[in-house]
Amino acid sequence: MSGFPLLTVMMVVPLVGAAVVALLPGGSARLAKPIALATSLVTLALALLAWARFDGDGSSDRYQLTETHSWIPQFGVSYALGVDGIALSLIVMATILTPVCLLAAWNDLGEDAEPQREKTYFALMLVLLTFMVGVFAARDVFLFYVFFEAMLIPVYFLIGLFGGPRRQYAAVKFILFSLVGGLVMLVAVIALYFNGPGGEQGFLYEALEGGVTASTTTQRWLFVGFFIAFAIKAPMWPVHTWLPDAASEARPATAVLLVGVLDKVGTFGMLRFCLGMFPEASKWATPVVITLAVISVIYGGLLAIGSRDIMRLIAFTSISHFGLIVLGIFAMTSTAGSGSALYMINHGFATAGLFLIAGFLITRHGSQRIADYGGWQRVTPLLAGTFLVSGLSSLALPGLSSYVSEFLVLTGTYQRYEVAAVIATLGIVLAALYILLTYQRVFTGPRPVFLEGREPRDLGLREKLVVVPIIASFLLLGAYPKPVLDLVNPAVKQTLDLVGVTDPAPTNASGSAQ
Amino acid sequence: MNSLVQLAAEGEVAAATGITAYAWLLVGLPLLGAALLLVGGRVTNAWGHLLATALSWASFVLGFLIVLAMAGRGTEERAAHVGGWNWVPAGQFQLETGLLIDQLSIAFVLLITFVGSLIHVYSIGYMEHDADRRKFFAYLNLFVASMLLLVLADSYLLLFVGWEGVGLASYLLIGFWNHNPAYATAANKAFFVNRVGDVGMSVAIMVMFFTFGAVDFETVHAGAAEAGSTAMTVLGLLLLLGACAKSAQFPLQSWLGDAMAGPTPVSALIHAATMVTAGVYLIVRSHTIFNAAPNAQLAVAVVGAITLLYGAIVGCAKDDIKKALAASTMSQIGYMMLAAGLGPVGYAFAIFHLVTHGFFKAGMFLGAGSVMHGMNDQVNMRRFGGLSSAMKITWVTFGLGWLAILGVPPFSGFWSKDKIIESAFIGEGWRPWVFGFVALIGAGITAFYMSRLFFMTFHGKKRWVDAREGEPEYHPHESPLTMTVPMIVLAVGSGVLGLALSWGGTFSHWLEPVVGEHGDEHPVLAVPVIMGLTLLLVAGGAAYAWMLYWRDTVPETAPRGSLLTQAARADLYQDAINEGLFMRPGTHLTRALVFTDGKGVDGVTGSLAASIGGASSRLRRLQTGYARSYALTMLTGVVVVLGALWVMN
Repeated sequence: MSGFPLLTVMMVVPLVGAAVVALLPGGSARLAKPIALATSLVTLALALLAWARFDGDGSSDRYQLTETHSWIPQFGVSYALGVDGIALSLIVMATILTPVCLLAAWNDLGEDAEPQREKTYFALMLVLLTFMVGVFAARDVFLFYVFFEAMLIPVYFLIGLFGGPRRQYAAVKFILFSLVGGLVMLVAVIALYFNGPGGEQGFLYEALEGGVTASTTTQRWLFVGFFIAFAIKAPMWPVHTWLPDAASEARPATAVLLVGVLDKVGTFGMLRFCLGMFPEASKWATPVVITLAVISVIYGGLLAIGSRDIMRLIAFTSISHFGLIVLGIFAMTSTAGSGSALYMINHGFATAGLFLIAGFLITRHGSQRIADYGGWQRVTPLLAGTFLVSGLSSLALPGLSSYVSEFLVLTGTYQRYEVAAVIATLGIVLAALYILLTYQRVFTGPRPVFLEGREPRDLGLREKLVVVPIIASFLLLGAYPKPVLDLVNPAVKQTLDLVGVTDPAPTNASGSAQ
Repeated sequence: MNSLVQLAAEGEVAAATGITAYAWLLVGLPLLGAALLLVGGRVTNAWGHLLATALSWASFVLGFLIVLAMAGRGTEERAAHVGGWNWVPAGQFQLETGLLIDQLSIAFVLLITFVGSLIHVYSIGYMEHDADRRKFFAYLNLFVASMLLLVLADSYLLLFVGWEGVGLASYLLIGFWNHNPAYATAANKAFFVNRVGDVGMSVAIMVMFFTFGAVDFETVHAGAAEAGSTAMTVLGLLLLLGACAKSAQFPLQSWLGDAMAGPTPVSALIHAATMVTAGVYLIVRSHTIFNAAPNAQLAVAVVGAITLLYGAIVGCAKDDIKKALAASTMSQIGYMMLAAGLGPVGYAFAIFHLVTHGFFKAGMFLGAGSVMHGMNDQVNMRRFGGLSSAMKITWVTFGLGWLAILGVPPFSGFWSKDKIIESAFIGEGWRPWVFGFVALIGAGITAFYMSRLFFMTFHGKKRWVDAREGEPEYHPHESPLTMTVPMIVLAVGSGVLGLALSWGGTFSHWLEPVVGEHGDEHPVLAVPVIMGLTLLLVAGGAAYAWMLYWRDTVPETAPRGSLLTQAARADLYQDAINEGLFMRPGTHLTRALVFTDGKGVDGVTGSLAASIGGASSRLRRLQTGYARSYALTMLTGVVVVLGALWVMN
């Protein structure tokens, strides 16, 4: 248990990197970006090491790579880390996406950027990486809350300092929504301590999972407190409106980390806290949550179809996909639960593909308006092709990664909630519409005319390096999702055991292989 | 015990040995081709098309060797299973990939790889001058690989991967020349309509897991008989929805005509010979489900009957040679669907007609491509006429296809279509009379519109001699060998394949272990009567077409025509109906939601946000003094919490 503090090191490394980048003397400012990239790659290597050391056969302890130190014993707070398969897979995803995003953001600030500004930009992303690892690696509710709120700071600055023309509005809207959620959760966090076993380690997950002794009513209030925070974060209809603004004003790389990783804290939290600590209340709330999730699926899809801004469009597709992830979590079957956990990973990569490649396009033409494009397939065929592949993954084309997870979510949901599953399935029609209509408007049609010598170039080497790992993930996890499923299966099972539900048996047992 | 007995009775499929064990290569070789050509980029421009063609032929050779090995085994040992890898182990849901090599799937493998490879060869000539030829061949290879996966998969989920793979290839190839906005729209339309079908497929797979706890063929088909007819009816109708989209059957037929925007070899391979018949494959493959659900089976037959007339009527009015052929494809697949909906008596004939149709329709599409090649890409048949002298090979090969589709003995279509018409007359009550006469009348209309097409193109007055203003002059000429040789091979198939496969009932017996035997049912009319009536109607249809389109002068601009002609020309208003029922309301809904999301939802939550942060002027201050405000808000929060706790205690 008290071996090498791998998780702590994974948080310290990017923080040190950020400090080095930020404090680089003016003369060596050009080293800022390579140092940032190297730091993120070291963190990735550590994450892969953690994966290798993680024992995922389901018979061992749920939380592994644990570290526990007393922090504020009077209040039950520990500095406790540890991951289950779901948390670990999210950490690995975050550490893969960070170098990819750094590389994508390489020239975001232009050739002649102020060195100080550039250093700040890349240092902030490394700080964000520290908090992203922390929020998933926390094993103490209070520590989780600290990371949950701390994450807002780098994102706020990344949007507010480096975003688009309406960045200030978007950043404030983002922070306000998040603060409301955070405050509600803080109330619940504190109340949770008093309704748990208490003691010097009263905030440990293990203590609270199955250890919340409060009355039904109190448990429901606690559930609501956590759920509201996570629903804003995830974001679900009707508290989603901050996301399109934040995502369209943020730089594409920031948008990826925001939508692809940070927002997963919402769905991750629902699975770990809502289901794990308030099982009865979760069951009580299920009809409402399922309804909201289905509305999110359809609503996000419709709004994406109606979006005129390509970044807003991608944000709305995510609202639709988050709806599916939440649906899978609250269906409370092992199939849907594993599907949701897998979807969190697949969605991270699919969104990264869409945001970053759209970003490459916007860099070339200077506009986010879909109507300003047309015929670009003839100009930048590789960019067009990779955007299409990312889009196909987003619309869950069978054979690509998202399909497996979407299928598992819908199939597992159908076992309990047929109507919800069928309505959510209609989302696949909407997905085809929003992806392929966008592709048609941006990339097909007659070749556009550019001024002499202003012809945009197709993807360069750096951009290809960004795209390759993303597309590789679509193909690999589409054909062979087993490595991730093996990680998340035991954690999902343990969560469902805590809730005390078992999978429905097939109606026609004689036909079953079991 | 029970299940053990059952397993023994079902005769579990043995693992593949020998050459059959390499079946993954069937899919893998063309997939490798697609990957190499797409990833390899410009480096492969010079030889990519040759590699793609070679890999497609390699798949055919392997398929041929596998069928030889299969034929060498006894009837009961012919089917084999090739394992794959542990694909989706997710909680209760467990699925491995695997291929099922049985009499049905291998028949498709041969059809797909043989016709597919011929069309690769044809495309070498046809796409010679296209700047994106490499991509075209990559997509063709992707298509062949996906189609093979579709027919070889051993579970519905893996089948669905192939199902969408062919849809993707179809989308990419319809929109191959998507610099033309209409073509890009056509590609999207095909994908969107197919997504509606995908909803059916997806929910069907959910129902399977719900009912059987698995989605592989073996478990689902073993349990179908005793799963209850309600569940199986639901399942059957959902599968039918998927099949209707893929096979362009009523009411999801609207995309096929527009799909002719793709290069003609694509129309031949994907939108005539193979992909569009996938719906028929799905129904026949799922026959145990439909056998257990008579109502779903009836729905299949009704859909087939409606579509066969629908396509035939539309085909009579089209002047675009490719769209006329597309309408004919719809109609012919309607025949196959009708046969598949007749139950055990029709399954084998549905597949039989599917195979012969694959040859003669692909041949005719290639012929149409050859005509376009020699006629500056003109597709309007009113500007053709008398081309038989200029393109002899095209004329003869097309002529064989025409005789085959008419069902003139002894050409291929006669053997397969006549069997379907006979089978349609089998049954009790109103069904044989309705289905039988629909099939019969359809044969007459088919003879009319196909003869119209053939005569307008190859016979009568040459209507292209005087080029119109702005048009280059026409110099019709025969196509190069790479194009004519595939046409000749397919024409030979159109001529003799039907007879060869039905000699002694070879093909039906071959499929029997898969689709089941059927008793010795008799049609409600005597077989010679049916055959006589069919030939009479065919002769009548052809003669009428001869009068109008060979003997008489064909006007170069289409006359206004009767109301029915106008309706048929407009595809019986399918687009107007879809537009009014779905697209326009959908657009309005989307616009309304975009409006309210900005004003309504955002207004409420926005004012919530504003009330916390203060008015907009204070928002700005919050931002500048961010850290302080944040700390203050946190503090406020803590106070609120402590207050709440105090109240609660």
